[in-house]
Order: sequence, then C-alpha cells, then structure tokens
Amino acid sequence: MSSTESALRAFIAENFMYGGDATALAADRSLIEEGLIDSTGVLELVSFLEERFAIQIGDAEIVPANLDSIAAIVAFVASKNPAAEAA
Amino acid sequence: MRVEDFLRTSARRLPDKEALTAGGRRFAYGELDRLSDRLAAALASRGLKRGERVVLFMDNAWETVVAIFAVLKAGGVFCPVNPSTKAAKLAFILTDSEAAAILTLARLAPVAAEAMAGAPSVRFALAAGGSTAGFDDFEAAIADAPLGPLAFAGIEIDLAMLVYTSGSTGFPKGVMMTHQNVDAAATSITTYLENTEVDVILNVLPVSFDYGLYQVLMAMKVGARLVLEKSFAFPRAVLDKAIAERVTGLPLVPTMASLILQMKDIVPGQFPDLRYVTNTAAALPPAHIRALRDLFAGATLYSMYGLTECKRCTYLPPAELERRPGSVGVAIPGTEAFVVGEDGKEVPRGETGELVIRGPHVMKGYWRNEAANAKALRQGPFPWEKVLYTGDLFRRDAEGFLYFVARKDDIIKTRGEKVSPKEVETALYALDGIAAAAVIGVPDGVLGMALKAVVALRPGAALSERDVIRHCAQSLEDFMVPKLVEFRDTLPTSENGKVDRRQIAEEMEAAR
Repeated sequence: MSSTESALRAFIAENFMYGGDATALAADRSLIEEGLIDSTGVLELVSFLEERFAIQIGDAEIVPANLDSIAAIVAFVASKNPAAEAA
Repeated sequence: MRVEDFLRTSARRLPDKEALTAGGRRFAYGELDRLSDRLAAALASRGLKRGERVVLFMDNAWETVVAIFAVLKAGGVFCPVNPSTKAAKLAFILTDSEAAAILTLARLAPVAAEAMAGAPSVRFALAAGGSTAGFDDFEAAIADAPLGPLAFAGIEIDLAMLVYTSGSTGFPKGVMMTHQNVDAAATSITTYLENTEVDVILNVLPVSFDYGLYQVLMAMKVGARLVLEKSFAFPRAVLDKAIAERVTGLPLVPTMASLILQMKDIVPGQFPDLRYVTNTAAALPPAHIRALRDLFAGATLYSMYGLTECKRCTYLPPAELERRPGSVGVAIPGTEAFVVGEDGKEVPRGETGELVIRGPHVMKGYWRNEAANAKALRQGPFPWEKVLYTGDLFRRDAEGFLYFVARKDDIIKTRGEKVSPKEVETALYALDGIAAAAVIGVPDGVLGMALKAVVALRPGAALSERDVIRHCAQSLEDFMVPKLVEFRDTLPTSENGKVDRRQIAEEMEAAR
C-alpha cells in the first residue's frame, strides 16, 4: 500500500468510520454507495487532501471520478502532485 | 385517482416517452408500467394481500420507483425508510407497521436481515442489485412473475403509504396517507408549480423523505421526466447532470442551496433550461434567496413549507418573493391554513399562534397511536371534520402571508429533516459512561441547525468526542448523528429531576 493510500485510509477511518476499521474497505468501492460520506464529508475530504498533499482542488474537480473511491482519490492525488507519494 | 394510476395514465398517454433516468439507465413510461405490473404480480404470488404494508428500505434507485408502484398495484401500502436507518430502528418500523414484506438493496441486506430477525410479521424479502442469501432477487422476481391480470387493488380511500416521522417521544410515528390524500397533495403542488410533461425534474432528495418521494409521484402524474440522483455529495456533478439533461425543475433544501452557493466556479447563465427551483423544510436566509435568484436567473424560486402529516402546507407565490422573502406564503391550492391561539380561535394578524391546516391532503392519523392523534387531529371550525394541528408556531403579516416562528415542541430541523432530541438522547444513554445527556440544535450555515450533544460522564469514564459520535453513527440515521459534543460535569435538571434541555438551549442562545 502506498503512503498516500495509508494516510487516506487513516483519515477515512478516523473521520467517516469514527475510528472503525478501514482496512477491509475495497479500494474500488464507492464511498457514497457505502454510505461513508455525504456532502459535508466530501468537503472535509477535500480540505484534508489539499492540506495533507499540498494540492489545490477546484470545484470542477470535486466529482465522483476523482473522489468516490480510495483508488480514485489515490490516482487523483498522484496526478495533482507527483511528489505527494514522498510527502 | 389511485396513485398507481398516475403511472398507468401517463403510460397509456405517452408509452414511449422517457419517464425515468437513474443509475445510468433510462426507462420509458410503458416500460416502467410493465415492470411495476410484473413486480406487483410477483408480490401477489408471494402472498401479499390488499392493505398489507411493504417496507421499502432503498435509496434513490430505479428499482425504488418500480417498487412504489408495484406495491400499490398489488393493493399494498408502501412504507419508505431512509437507507441509513440502523437495524434496531428498522426492526421497530417493521414491527410497528406489521410489515408483510421488505424490499431492499443488496448493499443494505445485512441491516435488513438483522432487523427481520426481530420482526416476525415479515413473510418475504426481496433485494435488488445482486443476489443475496435469504432474499429473493428483485430482477428475477420480475422475470419469473406470473402473467395475467392483477387482482382488484382497492379504492381511493385505501391507505397508499405509511411514512414514519420523528416524534417528540423519541419513537417514530407512521403517518397514514390514503390514495386520496396523496392525489390531493400532488394535484395541488403540480398546479402551482405549473408542471407539465415537458418538465424534467432532477431529484437528489431521498425518496424515503416525502419531499423526494413526491418528486417521483408528481413527475409520473404529469408525464414529466424524472432524473434520479443518489446524493448531493458532489454538487458539481449533480449540477453538470442538470445541465446535460436539460433539467427544468430543481427541488432543494437549504443545505443544498448553501453548498451550491459555496461553489466558486459556478456562474449565472449555465442553466438556460431551468424553469423553477423549490425550497422547503426551512426558510432560506434572504441573502441566499438573492444569490440563488442571481445564479438561476430566469428560473422561478418557490419558498414552501410543509410537514409529512399533510405533505405541504404553504407556498409563496413567486411574485411575492421580493416583497416578503421571509414568508412561506399562503395555503396551497384547495386547502386552508389558520393561525390559532390556545382556545383554537384565530389570533389577530401579527400575533403568533399554532398553524392549523384544513384540506384533503391532511393525513388520516398516526398508525395505531391514539395519543398522538388526539394531539394532532382536533375538532376544527366545522362539526364534520378534524383539522391538523401542526405543532409549528406561525404569524401572519397584514396581508395574511405566513411566517414560521418556531416549533412548539423540541423537534430540531437539520439538513431539512426533523430530529427528535429524545431519540438521539436515548441513543446516547445506551453508551456506557454517559451519566446525563441533552441534545440541542445550534445554528449552522450549511445544516440549518447542527445537532449538539451536551453530556456529563460517569465518574471514571473516559469518552472522547469521537467515541460519542461513533456510537451515535452506529445506532442512528446519518442526519441524527450529532456534529458537536460538549462535556460538562453536570447538566441542569428540572424540578422532576429530568435533564432540562430547554435551560441548556437558552443558556447557549444567550451566550451567542
């Protein structure tokens, strides 16, 4: 697992599963379909990604293709900041 | 008209016209009518009888639309339940409604199965979206359903739906709506919104919530096209869909309006097809009304007010919006609204009293709950009928337009949904270490009111804010989970020793 992915899983576990276990969550599962995040959750997720990976996310990028699964988020972060993996 | 005839009539008139877009699939009226006929036959072949309740524990999927009409065609009563409901509450609803069946989705099946274990009335269960042990497959049930005409489903005064709503006692109450009630509400609303078959309505509100549910029913009634979305978590994606699908009607709650207005790269002129935007559940702040009118220039904005017990009470004719932005208007067409004092008589203009509603849309009562019925449905001005006491305090201006003042009870409105503080407190007390708890609403820019839990711990207990929120998230629907937790050594109590929620709320208000 990449460092991006482990940081992300830790964030999801802490904030959307309230300390539950995110390791079992399949990387391609829809976070919306799983009922893990709602509209305020997405905004929290965006703030976290901007801060943790030093990226700027525009409104037009806040779409399911970029943010609705762990795999999508990891790929999106990598596209925004190739150096994030090392961060 | 019976509610299933909304779909039948439109299907006869417009068989090939697109009725529904959901989850990447498109359905014509004729197809939707056939699918629901087949599912109705499948329900009947599994023993569903006229008047029996069927819980729909589903999200905004196409299967939900089919299920609603199928239950009615089979003579049943549908009971929509929020998909974030947890097993214990779902079991309560299944038991209270004495549901004969439950229809759900594969992803929700574990919760449904746990609830069914405590609900012996449930004789069969269907799950859509994947085969699930213990559940019949939704699509296979449709495919294998017996052919031939359906049995007589019933008449207009039969119950069409049972919608559970938060009660101040902490237990949800089932609002009984007949076909006649639903038809009256849907007719009135589509009249003032001027809906026709050229409308394209985009609904992201849960179909388990009556505002979302009526988008389905009204679209089918007028032969419009319904675009069903599951969530507003990605506002940009939803608004892009509104543009791509050339949406003409966009129902909002204040939380969605607030999320839209936070977006930076959305500009006026992007929604040339949009004819109207509606808002209900709570009044929009005047600044949001102005901003929405700028953004959706060309569209008409309707401010409305309602409660599940009569679906919709009032709407503000759009021409009045400029003059009275804080008003929720007048009684919807074909109904009457009064503001009365403790004696049941109308109070003078400008004075605050309880909003009372009279009309064919008023519920038949709460399912098997005479105590609640005695409070809500009382003798009105005429001897032959009862009218609805809403529990909402209102006043009228000099011209008779209505303004929401406050709730009479402690019900909190958050994200457009009603929450009983008692229900959340009951969940909090179930957490080991909590000695006392009170739940209050605090103003929040996005949520309207955010839920705040004020708790005192038992000696030696070490619970964090996260622990408290996690516990609530495991036992309550999403919108009932407190956003904030405050720890205190003790909580004030009233003379009878109960935690004084009102005093805490008043202290907090004074401190703001």
